[in-house]
Amino acid sequence: MAILTKEQVKALLTKVLSYSKADECEVNLGGSDSGNIRYARSSVSTSGGSSTQSLVVSSAFGKKLGVATINEFDDASLEKVVRRAEELAKLAPENPEFMSFLGPQEYGPDSPTFSEITAAVGPKERADAVAASLNQAKQNKLNAAGFLSNQAGYAAMMNSKGLFAYNKATDVAFNITIRTEDGKGSGYATRGYNDFSKLDTNTDTAVAAKKAMASVTAKAIEPGKYTVILEPTAVAVMLENLFFDLDARTADEGRSSMSKPGGKTKVGEQLLDERVNVYSDPWNPELPGATWSGDGRPQTKVNWIEKGVVKNLYASRYWAQKTGIKALPSPDGLIMMGGNKSLEELIKGTEKGILVTRLWYIRSVDPQTLLLTGLTRDGTFYIENGEIKFPVKNFRFNESPIIMLNNLEEMGKTERTVSAESNSNYLLPPLKIRDFTFTSLSDAV
Amino acid sequence: MKRRNFIYLTGIGATAAMLPAIPVWGNEISQERSLEYIDPAAKKLLSDVALNAARAKGATYTDVRVGRYLNQYVVTREDKVQNIVNTESYGVGIRVIANGCWGFAATDQMDKDSIAKAAELAVSIAKENARLQNEPVQLAPQKGYGEVSWKSPIEKNAFEVPIKEKVDLLLSVNDAAMKGGADYINSILFMVNEQKYFASSDGSYIDQDIHRIWPTFFITKINKETGKFETRNALSAPTGKGYEYLDARPQDKIKTASGTLYKGRYDMLEDAKQAATQVGEKLKAKSVEPGKYDLVLDPSHLWLTIHESCGHPTELDRVLGYEANFAGTSFLTLDKWESKKFKYGSKEVNITADKTEPGSLGAVGYDDEGVKCGKWDVIKDGVLVNYQAIRDQAHIVGLDHSQGCCYADNWSSVQFQRMANISLQPGKKPLSIADQIKNVEKGIYIIGDGSFSIDQQRYNFQFGGQLFYEIKGGKIVGMLKDVAYQANTQEFWNSCSAVCDQSDYRLGGSFFDGKGQPMQSSAVSHGSATARFNGVNVINTARKIG
Repeated sequence: MAILTKEQVKALLTKVLSYSKADECEVNLGGSDSGNIRYARSSVSTSGGSSTQSLVVSSAFGKKLGVATINEFDDASLEKVVRRAEELAKLAPENPEFMSFLGPQEYGPDSPTFSEITAAVGPKERADAVAASLNQAKQNKLNAAGFLSNQAGYAAMMNSKGLFAYNKATDVAFNITIRTEDGKGSGYATRGYNDFSKLDTNTDTAVAAKKAMASVTAKAIEPGKYTVILEPTAVAVMLENLFFDLDARTADEGRSSMSKPGGKTKVGEQLLDERVNVYSDPWNPELPGATWSGDGRPQTKVNWIEKGVVKNLYASRYWAQKTGIKALPSPDGLIMMGGNKSLEELIKGTEKGILVTRLWYIRSVDPQTLLLTGLTRDGTFYIENGEIKFPVKNFRFNESPIIMLNNLEEMGKTERTVSAESNSNYLLPPLKIRDFTFTSLSDAV
Repeated sequence: MKRRNFIYLTGIGATAAMLPAIPVWGNEISQERSLEYIDPAAKKLLSDVALNAARAKGATYTDVRVGRYLNQYVVTREDKVQNIVNTESYGVGIRVIANGCWGFAATDQMDKDSIAKAAELAVSIAKENARLQNEPVQLAPQKGYGEVSWKSPIEKNAFEVPIKEKVDLLLSVNDAAMKGGADYINSILFMVNEQKYFASSDGSYIDQDIHRIWPTFFITKINKETGKFETRNALSAPTGKGYEYLDARPQDKIKTASGTLYKGRYDMLEDAKQAATQVGEKLKAKSVEPGKYDLVLDPSHLWLTIHESCGHPTELDRVLGYEANFAGTSFLTLDKWESKKFKYGSKEVNITADKTEPGSLGAVGYDDEGVKCGKWDVIKDGVLVNYQAIRDQAHIVGLDHSQGCCYADNWSSVQFQRMANISLQPGKKPLSIADQIKNVEKGIYIIGDGSFSIDQQRYNFQFGGQLFYEIKGGKIVGMLKDVAYQANTQEFWNSCSAVCDQSDYRLGGSFFDGKGQPMQSSAVSHGSATARFNGVNVINTARKIG
């Protein structure tokens, strides 16, 4: 599949729209090439590549909407897919929440989401990157299991009201688990980039290996409330559950952690420690994102949480119109402002605590308080007098990110990290939190 | 990201955190098109193109999956239809062994040139990666079956039922729940048809037509004064049945003191009515006193505990370390299996793997590497006796054949080891639900699945549920809330003291068992009868904010 240029897409979509006889018509087009390589037991296991593209036509008559899709782009096929969407629209029930398509939008400058280097990556480059990781593990008599994937694609939309949007993007994901030969130690590292040349599988493997070797012969300590230092990848899996909950409709309906009695929401309230600031910014060079959302709304810089106060919730266009709030789409990537200290400095300033390098299998226990459960994994360490003293056995926790961000002690420097649960990328700091609740021990390594 | 797609689809926002994720994949199509079936002869032609192209480039083994994956979702809330979606995903996935290494490539361009190119790409990936391999792939022998076919034994194809009938059903369910006192209800009908054609260089050409259905709803009720809310999800199970699943007969219902439970078929309207009442009771329920309780677990709940604490740790790929970087490994290491005396559970615990059970999600004629499916023991009288394996693992556990556990969730995904239906066998002595409860002094009776979490080697787990009833002196005395239990897998299964008899055996399951990188979803069922576990640690999950 070739990545179509903006001009090629414009010509194609203009042609599709010329076939439309509906009240309104919107066309979305996208395609991607992706490849991956997986390894375990210090040897390659599965790997593959896939290529897909599709064109989606949405036709509306009044509040009736029909959608049809095709992956053949000759004139006859394009006209056929428009007719089919129109037939479906005529048969569809009226949707009272249907919103007329958006007119032309201003999206600001393009965001640097695309890297030519990544787009050119093939089986050889992937194998080379993995070879570096595997060789290091073998030399150190450690077991390596990892995954490397890359993708290049484009997305575009145009509608009969004059809206046009285009973006192309590349992604690279790499994660690795190193285990000691006796199975008593395990370490992990994960990275996400747009640009393949930033990937350094050797360094990431070394980080995982260090954690694996340091976590051997972990001691059991009593579960309970502890001061913890969470590395950014552990912060990601907790905080993204708070981010997912910033939805206006469920908050207004009284059924989320953002709800208050009497149909009110927590917007404008001091919900978290006043040092907590969370925003999204599609032009951030470390975490570039598309400047438009799937329905054509602009993605802009938005402050979601400012000085611990929830400032904005995202909403569908329908819900925003109904309730009179700004129709902000849910953001692509989120950024939490951090402090100036390194992880090492956070540890140095801790009298007693636990360093959590990764959290795993996070599930909601109570949506009202956003109570989550999950476990530590791949390296958990006891800190005393500013030093890591010994590895500890893994814990199960039951904790809410809202409570956690009220028990904030200190923040380190923000860095790009990846949630091992959702695969989403974020810019997050390591956090030092007091009274984090561990409820039981796990024998897992 | 799949979870976010689901939220977008249903518009129910982050309250969906309690729900399983419903991924939206494929392209949207008309309902008429979803009733078309591609001629196996045409699929054979395309498969042969791939088989020949791969062989010409040096592949020593090739399998080809021409897949058409159809989904239909009908999504409603309260008095509105939110979405009716028909999707189709059609393409081909080609897996090869070249230079002793696996390679895979997939394309949705279904012309002969594109398919041949994909086959060549698969071979070049295999050859490139062979340098990273320690030893060549070793496949258990598999004879070719020639041209054969298999279909899910359904009575009524759900894709043939008019959309209007489905919409009317869901809106009547919503209406009943709202009249019963619910503040919100989201209801969904989710239908799947996998039309899979498998061809291999072993000489198999297998055409399979697989159906699944899952009707479900999520009810919320809010106390307007306190702002507290509670939810109650449907007690349905996703199943490998047709639309007949929604036509419950008297023999499909189990009447208990706490309401109706469903066996084989499901009465969605009746369940919505009782759910609306029960969600109100949940708001007023007593917060649980933490401590040790004897748990009586209904099959609508226990399936998930079986899935996480027995299904996953007996997957051979996890035992061997192939999932170390994502889903994790397993505490059921090979030495425990080799000893033939590892006490996984009590004598009451007999757990089988079964890829043939009619109506189950995992039932197919042949797996995704052309192996005919069967049934085997995994835990026998409490002892670990076997795992779940595929062709390139069989030799590691001394098997001369694969157990048929290979599956890919799409033509574009590479197949790998996935869970068979793993089920707890019913007790041999007559025992009813009422008898189970009567024998418990201090306990909790749990119905429906809720929150779930387990560590990467499957030792420590925590489960919630939908409905919790306090048992005192052999009697249900009221409803509890804020309940979750935490246990160690081996201790938990060794505390199993009684399993109800065959008449109470029911299937639960999931459409969305996630494993692998890139992650794939697999559908799997787990059967059991109501079972008792003694002295399990129960925690209170209530917290206060602000």
